[in-house]
Amino acid sequence: MENDTKSRSTPAFSCPIPIEQYPHVLLAHGGGGKLTHQLIEKLFLPIFGNPLLETRHDGAVFELGSQRLAFTTDSYVVRPLFFPGGDIGTLAINGTVNDLAMCGARPLYLSAGFIIEEGLPMDTLWRVVRSMKQAADSAGVQLVTGDTKVVDRGKGDGVFINTAGIGILQHGVTIAPTRVKPGDAVLLSGDIGRHGIAIMAMREGLEFESTIESDCAAVSGLVMALLEAGIEIHCLRDLTRGGLASALVEIAEASGLQVQIEEAAIPTLEDVRGACEILGFDPMYVANEGRFVSFVAPKDAEKALSLLHEHPLGNQACRIGTVTDDASGLVTMKSRIGASRIVDMLSGEQLPRIC
Amino acid sequence: MKFIDEYRDGRAAARFAQALKKITTKPWTIMEVCGGQTHAIVKFGVDELLPSQVTLVHGPGCPVCVTPLELIEKAIEIASTPGVIFCSFGDMLRVPGNTKDLLAVKAAGGDVRIVYSPLDALKIARENPDRQVVFFAVGFETTAPANAMAVFQASRQGIHNFSLLVSHVLVPPAMEAILSSSTNRVQGFLAAGHVCTVMGYTEYEPIAAKYRVPIVVTGFEPLDILQGVYMCVRQLEEGRAEIENQYTRAVRREGNSPAQGLIRDVFRIVPRKWRGIGEIPQSGLGLQPKYAEYDAETRFGLAATSFEEPRECISGLILQGVKKPHDCPAFGTVCTPEHPLGATMVSSEGACAAYYRYRRRDSRQQAAGGMQ
Repeated sequence: MENDTKSRSTPAFSCPIPIEQYPHVLLAHGGGGKLTHQLIEKLFLPIFGNPLLETRHDGAVFELGSQRLAFTTDSYVVRPLFFPGGDIGTLAINGTVNDLAMCGARPLYLSAGFIIEEGLPMDTLWRVVRSMKQAADSAGVQLVTGDTKVVDRGKGDGVFINTAGIGILQHGVTIAPTRVKPGDAVLLSGDIGRHGIAIMAMREGLEFESTIESDCAAVSGLVMALLEAGIEIHCLRDLTRGGLASALVEIAEASGLQVQIEEAAIPTLEDVRGACEILGFDPMYVANEGRFVSFVAPKDAEKALSLLHEHPLGNQACRIGTVTDDASGLVTMKSRIGASRIVDMLSGEQLPRIC
Repeated sequence: MKFIDEYRDGRAAARFAQALKKITTKPWTIMEVCGGQTHAIVKFGVDELLPSQVTLVHGPGCPVCVTPLELIEKAIEIASTPGVIFCSFGDMLRVPGNTKDLLAVKAAGGDVRIVYSPLDALKIARENPDRQVVFFAVGFETTAPANAMAVFQASRQGIHNFSLLVSHVLVPPAMEAILSSSTNRVQGFLAAGHVCTVMGYTEYEPIAAKYRVPIVVTGFEPLDILQGVYMCVRQLEEGRAEIENQYTRAVRREGNSPAQGLIRDVFRIVPRKWRGIGEIPQSGLGLQPKYAEYDAETRFGLAATSFEEPRECISGLILQGVKKPHDCPAFGTVCTPEHPLGATMVSSEGACAAYYRYRRRDSRQQAAGGMQ
């Protein structure tokens, strides 16, 4: 048996264009995985380059007088606009609230920019805005400034929303991947994969026996409870696009340490697991909107877990692993059958299985 | 979770590993054919539980990996044609062609859509009568019945703006090609479970007899694979060369007759080129003459072309089980999932992608203190 025989061939590149040199932006550049990172590293950071941006955290933390403030922004382009467990409005509020919480800040004020497609039913806008008000009240934040634009029909997916948020750090802690230490406990606040599967099911018209609802929620209450109890938190990261795996890989790489986790310790709803098995998705890479991981000092791990369990959003909180002193910057996982493997970031989007 | 958890149970896996150690007295090389099995092995670390004398090699059972470069280029050409809606399974979109992939065509404005089933593509054709809808029909025998059904229904419903770009390949000829090669080291096979759900396993009986190799029809969960390996090694140790069925919950000897009937009605056996391997006679499926109007290559009148693969890419040798991804000097350096040189690094069922994602480098894995 031989390899491809050379016949009449066209002069061409001998290898395909690598992703980072594609002349066009791909959907995967917005996926939260490797390509998003490349875009940030190779395009945004070199141009804007400043110490605050270079922390590469969910938000920027800086001092203003004697206060430490956190500032973040996020945009919401989800389709469909309404899904089981939430809508673009709840996402827009909770997403930014959560990013502030991940800096260790108490969220205070949000802005909202709306880019609305001509022809959107006024009723839809009304529903979205009412959702936002409800979510803001739940999270204890106020929407204090905003902007509205309307674009031609066909130039926007119904509505796009950007929210920016300001919060205040009251507890003297510095929370960042560089603060992660060997021995730190890795805590997960609840089961994973709900949001991504809820969206996929609605978008693709997949029906499962029970409707899977998004986990969209503000986790600031959970974080404040931990901070107020004096838990020594080294790092926080909410799980959004790219799922649990991407969040852990980002932190491992940024901290330069090894994060070791156990597959059996990671909670997933049966329905979510089933949907993932059918589609060939790995729940570790599926999006979430109301979950976070925390890296805490080992002495505070038990206490942190019991505090989380007291809160309805944290009742499935669990410890999923430990940071070791191996300077590999990798995430390793012990599988259910006892063998070990590396957890990597995905390049591009997760694609459904073929057979 | 039923049908999942039981087959991933750690203690049962350990017991199989023990049983295997007991019966293994000689070195054996076994090939698992299916890319889905390759992934499960690497993801769950099944090979770490095997006795050191048992070597698993990965076969060419990844339809995405073996789709020839020329066909990817044809797909790109069709997808770039104005007015065409090009439908495909997700994995095909990232396979490198000569200079780009289908995702790049999409980014440049081509109407490229991911579908879960060829019948979805047919629906799109029905709903868009003024557009040409083409489905990239890739796969082994597993996906052939659904593709056949799409053509059958298109014909019955009088839908004429629909066609298939066919790249079907068959497992038994690939196994024979591997076994008849002078460099063959494979002594036993784990046959692809879902292929056999459709086709049954009668066609493997002459292969086992002719080449004196045991063939065990195997599933995809870690315990399936462990049990499949156990059954295969047991045969090898006992000097038997038979077909056995490990995947009894999904496979019967005669397979699925209505599905086979539909395949025979719509498709016929043709020679096929396998990327990285070359042409294997009688190894693929093409549309029957009576359904020729649904063949996209004919409809779009594409010329035959030929391309050279990047020289560093050894995916052909990997697909034949002669080399492992770590043997490739480009692995993890020049060739990564973001910058793939060959299809085995792109496809979710490709061996190189599996090793890169879960193992990176053997030495790095050791350094990470992974073994427990």
